[in-house]
Amino acid sequence: MADIVVQNLRKEFGSFTAVQSSSFKIKDGEFFMLLGPSGCGKTTTLRMIAGLELPTSGDIYIDGAEVGQKPASQRDIAFVFQMFALYPHMNVRRNISYPLVSQGMPRAEVREKVAEVARILGIEDILDRPVGGLSGGDRQRVALGRAIVRKPACFLMDEPLGALDAEFRERMAEELRALHDRIGATTVYVTHDQLEAMQMGDKIVVMNNGVIEQFGTPQDIYDKPATLFVAEFIGSPHMNFLKFEASVAPGERAVQLHDQTLGIPALREGFDGNMVYGVRPEHVRLSEGAAYRGEIIATEYLGTTQIVTLKTHNGDVKARIASDQPATVGETVGLDFNAATVTLFDGQSGRAIRSELNERVLSNG
Amino acid sequence: MADVALRNVSKSFGDTVALDTVTMTVRDGAFVVLLGPTGAGKTTALRLISGLERLDGGDILIDGRSVVSETPAQRDVAMVFQQYSLYPHMTVRDNLAFPLKSPILKTPKDEVKRKVEEVADVLRIAHKLDNKATALSGGEMQRVSIGRALVRTPSIYLMDEPLSSLDAKLRADLRVELKRIQASLGATLLYVTHDQIEAMTMATQVGVLDSGRLVQFGSPREIYEDPSSLYVAARLGLPRINALPAGLFAGAPSGAKTIGLRPEHIQHGEGKTSKVVRIEHLGDQTRLHLTLDGHDIVTLTNVHTDLEPGDTVAIQPRNALYFDAAGARIT
Repeated sequence: MADIVVQNLRKEFGSFTAVQSSSFKIKDGEFFMLLGPSGCGKTTTLRMIAGLELPTSGDIYIDGAEVGQKPASQRDIAFVFQMFALYPHMNVRRNISYPLVSQGMPRAEVREKVAEVARILGIEDILDRPVGGLSGGDRQRVALGRAIVRKPACFLMDEPLGALDAEFRERMAEELRALHDRIGATTVYVTHDQLEAMQMGDKIVVMNNGVIEQFGTPQDIYDKPATLFVAEFIGSPHMNFLKFEASVAPGERAVQLHDQTLGIPALREGFDGNMVYGVRPEHVRLSEGAAYRGEIIATEYLGTTQIVTLKTHNGDVKARIASDQPATVGETVGLDFNAATVTLFDGQSGRAIRSELNERVLSNG
Repeated sequence: MADVALRNVSKSFGDTVALDTVTMTVRDGAFVVLLGPTGAGKTTALRLISGLERLDGGDILIDGRSVVSETPAQRDVAMVFQQYSLYPHMTVRDNLAFPLKSPILKTPKDEVKRKVEEVADVLRIAHKLDNKATALSGGEMQRVSIGRALVRTPSIYLMDEPLSSLDAKLRADLRVELKRIQASLGATLLYVTHDQIEAMTMATQVGVLDSGRLVQFGSPREIYEDPSSLYVAARLGLPRINALPAGLFAGAPSGAKTIGLRPEHIQHGEGKTSKVVRIEHLGDQTRLHLTLDGHDIVTLTNVHTDLEPGDTVAIQPRNALYFDAAGARIT
């Protein structure tokens, strides 16, 4: 079991900087997500923790020991890749046994450990099958089995569910998290799927262009995004962005958008210039009486809820409302925004403006 | 465009039955989505309608006329595949114009130009018309390949998971886009996917396939709220419907083997005591993983709930769905 500390970690490939200067802490037993679009530096970060890449500068501590320049074999970790790299000529049992056999563990002990892992993963019935004929899910379970059988200090996983289809991914995500809750080993997990990150993670680091945009718990990152990038990347559909220009002072609780007064959480700093009024779709309500108007241009039925897209003076707005509430394309309706949940952003830099909602989260960095 | 009808259509590949006496009608102007897991027969249905495969039994009618003996070209359908297959050495404009230059169509030059520009506009790729096809992003390439179908006015558009190779954000954008395009053109569309969100948000009707059989056909709302079987009920809904032994709660109708509980069917505060195992904050929703008499239940709760693992919650069903031993719905 291990905690991991990353300090000012930087990686350059020639003239390209993959990771600028990352710092974060992973607590013992945490399920930790590195999230971002392709090319953001998340996999490079993971590979440096694993020892598959050496950092250009900066430090990595596993359980207090600095390991940044040590090879992978001297770090007590197990890596699970996106493509289940199984030995095709071996059966399931031999695939899972392999790491133990190559350590020279006695056969009786290997057998016992493999049996235990197979029970945890629910694959006891396929132990003697060749890996060739297995379904995608079972292959991924075998790959996981091979990683957990060694009982390493931590698991590093690079999009282990990326190759599975949607329905199955959902199920495996639940299984993986349940597995983590049972064995409690520190896990660092790379994904570009925000839902997967929210669903499984205790903490999330959101990366973009080699830079950490935000670090925190899933709900904090969702409710109190530090940047426009985070607000757009997390959530589906993403946060609505209404662009406007104004001057605001600390303490203010409302802004003017297209001659309408819209509420905001009390500001902790002033700002003058282009801003963005950010509100999540589930905090937009259709209400006849509201003065801010929009025309319904699309509805998407989702079972419990529906997504309604409206055209407003400040751009398109999406609302997530109950699916039994009537919404007809072509109608013009009033829009109510839940003021306590709103984030204002600097339109130029994308940085969130400090308010009573987010000041605690933003001061964490 | 036209009505397209399947009448008892069957198709096998060796011992594998891909489609088993499927009957359904895609009405003129409808957006029909065939939903099912890998191997359910979705793609086979498209390939039979387009004439890429020959059927073993039954009939396919386009505009009332049987087309089973016609060539793909005579059937006049347009197909979009999962993997965009563009001509890499041609510009976007030439790629889009290509189907119109077919010798059977004999489209006049100015008509080709007008059509291509109109479609490029609809798909928001007008500014890329003179780029090489290879100089586009994945999303743009897929829009061009959809555009190559849209330049024609065939009897039906057939689309085989056209969005599945795109990333989540682009997929969400194109979902809305495709629905808008279909509505504004009044196009008839048969669309195949295993993604329930695509089926729910775009379709006028959803056909659910199970091992080659069409098990239900109806609006997304009908399929979600009034499923004919447990199999259908499990295809739609996030989190998935909870399938539990009917006897777990009082009040099950006779013959019920399974009770199906969606989050909206689970009332909190009264009933049997369950234990909280895990809380998942997904942002817009918070999922509650419960255990009750050894059964796992996933439901939704307040986004900012105070519940913690180990707490107890009393739950009881409300307007639940019941299924018999064969999985058929009991109403």
